[in-house]
Amino acid sequence: MKSSKLARTIATCWAAIIGLAISGSALAIEWNLRPAGSKLAEDIHTLHEDVMILVTVIFVGVFGFMFYAIFAHRKSVGHKAAQFHENTLVEILWTAIPAVILVLIALPTTRTVIAQKDTSNPDLTIKVTGYQWKWGYDYVKGEGEGIKFISTLATPRAQIENQEPKGEHYLLEVDNELVVPVGKKIRILTTAADVIHSWWVPSFGAKQDAIPGFIRDLWFRPEITGTFRSQCVELCGKEHGFMPIVVRVVTQDEYTKWVGDQMKLIAASADDPNKQYTLDELAQRGEKVYGTICAACHQPNGKGLPPNFPPLDGSKTVLGPKADQITTVLNGRPKTAMQAFAPQLSDVEIASVITFTRNHWGNKVAGADGIVQPGEVKALRDKK
Amino acid sequence: MSAVVDSHGHDHHDHHDHHGGYSGLMRWVTTTNHKDIGTMYLWFSFMMFLTGGAMAMAIRLELFQPGIQFFNPDLFNQFITMHGLIMVFGAIMPAFVGFANWQIPMMIGAPDMAFARLNNWSFWLLPFAASLLIISFFTPGGAPGVGWTLYAPLTVQMGVGMDLTIFAVHLLGMSSILGSINIITTILNMRAPGMTLMRMPLFVWTWLITAYLLVAAMPVLAGAVTMSLTDRHFGTSFFNAAGGGDPVLYQHIFWFFGHPEVYIIALPAFGVVSQVIPAFSRKPLFGYASMVYATSAIAILSFIVWAHHMYTVGMPVTGQLFFMYATTLIAIPTGVKVFNWVATMWKGSLTFETPMLFAIGFLFLFTLGGFTGLVLSLVPIDIQLHDTYYVVAHFHYVMVAGALFAAFAGVYFWFPKWTGKMYDETLGKWHFWLTMIFFNMIFFVQHFLGLAGMPRRIPDYPLMFETWNKISSIGAFGFGLTQLLFLYIILKAIRSGEKSPEHPWEGADSLEWTHLPTPAPYHSFENPPVLK
Repeated sequence: MKSSKLARTIATCWAAIIGLAISGSALAIEWNLRPAGSKLAEDIHTLHEDVMILVTVIFVGVFGFMFYAIFAHRKSVGHKAAQFHENTLVEILWTAIPAVILVLIALPTTRTVIAQKDTSNPDLTIKVTGYQWKWGYDYVKGEGEGIKFISTLATPRAQIENQEPKGEHYLLEVDNELVVPVGKKIRILTTAADVIHSWWVPSFGAKQDAIPGFIRDLWFRPEITGTFRSQCVELCGKEHGFMPIVVRVVTQDEYTKWVGDQMKLIAASADDPNKQYTLDELAQRGEKVYGTICAACHQPNGKGLPPNFPPLDGSKTVLGPKADQITTVLNGRPKTAMQAFAPQLSDVEIASVITFTRNHWGNKVAGADGIVQPGEVKALRDKK
Repeated sequence: MSAVVDSHGHDHHDHHDHHGGYSGLMRWVTTTNHKDIGTMYLWFSFMMFLTGGAMAMAIRLELFQPGIQFFNPDLFNQFITMHGLIMVFGAIMPAFVGFANWQIPMMIGAPDMAFARLNNWSFWLLPFAASLLIISFFTPGGAPGVGWTLYAPLTVQMGVGMDLTIFAVHLLGMSSILGSINIITTILNMRAPGMTLMRMPLFVWTWLITAYLLVAAMPVLAGAVTMSLTDRHFGTSFFNAAGGGDPVLYQHIFWFFGHPEVYIIALPAFGVVSQVIPAFSRKPLFGYASMVYATSAIAILSFIVWAHHMYTVGMPVTGQLFFMYATTLIAIPTGVKVFNWVATMWKGSLTFETPMLFAIGFLFLFTLGGFTGLVLSLVPIDIQLHDTYYVVAHFHYVMVAGALFAAFAGVYFWFPKWTGKMYDETLGKWHFWLTMIFFNMIFFVQHFLGLAGMPRRIPDYPLMFETWNKISSIGAFGFGLTQLLFLYIILKAIRSGEKSPEHPWEGADSLEWTHLPTPAPYHSFENPPVLK
């Protein structure tokens, strides 16, 4: 038979394809929800398992009937069609029984919904701000109050562009991890600076959209120490897939030490805005800032991705008066991905990165116009 | 319904009389015949299906392995946006409007649609809307990369492609509303004597209810995108908090349209399956009246569940609970439908030609998609799974295994009536089995990806998701090729298919089978049949 030969060929191809797919990646295959790191996540997992068991039983039951009919009520085995087309009792039963089952599911679920929404009496409150395309963390209340930092993807571009082998935590690693103490109730306030993002840590059952102009909240109480990784889960533009969330849960002692270190760092790195920097100092620091903040859109080579992401190499704004460029960086450009960097970057960082762009690639702004001092940024920032 | 009284009125005029005054291309541009227009809707939707499918292939190609290989993230986002819009508005909806055009007049014994010229115009808006969507790729900045949901305020950052998309949505909405008014009027006013509402074939019932959903929902979408347009260009701040607006307002408006939209797509599919399953079971549809009531219940519930798409925006707990309870209620009428279909097959005399295979495939996989819908309706679980691949898997079970499988079932089922030719049954079975296997290969594994935490709409992913993505991509390429087989089957049947017997399906008993010759004449039921 021609068709059975074809079937054999297809089956062989099929086996080869599946074999190839699986051998190509010997990594652990993930089947289920991430291991729970909090009581809430545990409750969600249990709920999910219970519902899955229930629907599987119903599914097998219903389709058991169907497949029995397919097997036994075939014309080819000579089955004659009955002509019944209604049965009031059966129809009432299969309307009422699902209703009862739904109530049984709804009861325990309601308890979890209410628990999940109860953000009262936190030990530590942290504000999370979504930016295109990084997260800002701001410890607003509790131990560590005053610590704030930006958390960006640490995976090198070369790995993403397949020029280097990919590391273990490819796309799930950041420069600054969110650090929280174990066993404490952590309340997260979410907001965003530009478009909607969504902050999620699966192991804590914690997901909340970050909405520009509004503050929402969620809570979790981590019960084990360790590092928990995730990603932004609301499409937020070009680099949506490249803004991971990494939470490191540490013991109370480690946390206290971490807070102490951070406080020392803050004190040490407080830049003197009145200091006069040299061109080299600024350009060197600016290159770093450019790499983490600007390169995603304007590209490492300064050519951008026009027209949505314009080039800086040869740009009129970059080569024009200093004040215009400083204002653009401070306040952003409305209706574009060029956001206001005033809340994210210090005067020194803005001065550095502007100086860098005015003296890099083909850009060479001569004389005093080529250097922006932090004081000039501060003046324009304060004017606003 | 099966009582044959007469079937006159099919005298054979010559060809020119049949097709109006024009021939060639102008025949199709000017036609007001429901059969011609139905054919155009179906071909248009198939072309859009291939276009949107090509974008799906591009998406799966990029996701075949980690890293950025083929498309930059911006273009990737454009593909996911246009894949969604084209499949929903260009492929699935027009396909079922095509069925409505062909079938409703024949099934209720009417000579044509109520507003024949409007019908022509409803169709001819579509190619222009589709062109706008495609052209947007070639504008500065490309097509919008915001997802088919077009969420504000990301839409404000997009280039002129966004405006073209908004106008395309306006045109598509107009086309749908005009088509719906036509369908409602036809069904309510043009039924043959004796065809009471509760004697209509279920396909006609599902379309009557769908048409009301369209009239109610499409203007809401038009409003949402128009507000986005004025936010972009005319200084309004509907969705901008800095100007006193609220980005979440967009989502409320969008999903007030979006959830009924799910049933706009699903109900006609239910209707097709409700014709096919009894025909191949040689047994009347079980629980006809309860099917009608369940369909109506689903339609009404669809307007009070929209915020279950938004559990993570930060609603009050009472809001979450209300939308959760309302959403789980949908399981009841949907369950009734599934039970009715299975009960129709029970103690029937079953045969498994291609339409029946697709209908059974629909029943099996759509129910699976329904169950994952129940899982997602529960707030705490949804908060874990929202915006992950679990949701992608869920709605493709409903949209592809639901609507697309039903559309295939419908095409194979009515093909002999439309053309007088038979398709190749062996190839049809191949088409079904390959579609079935590849479909599950693409989407079943995506449940695992979602559970394990892979977000939607990302062009690159962490290494732990690699295996399932590879399998999914291979399935996608197989699925895409299989649909070319469908094209081949149809073209082969039109060119050189065997002549269809007068009654190709012995169990089919609606008017187009009992009262009209095969193929159906160009003008049918110029005098209405009389039903006892």
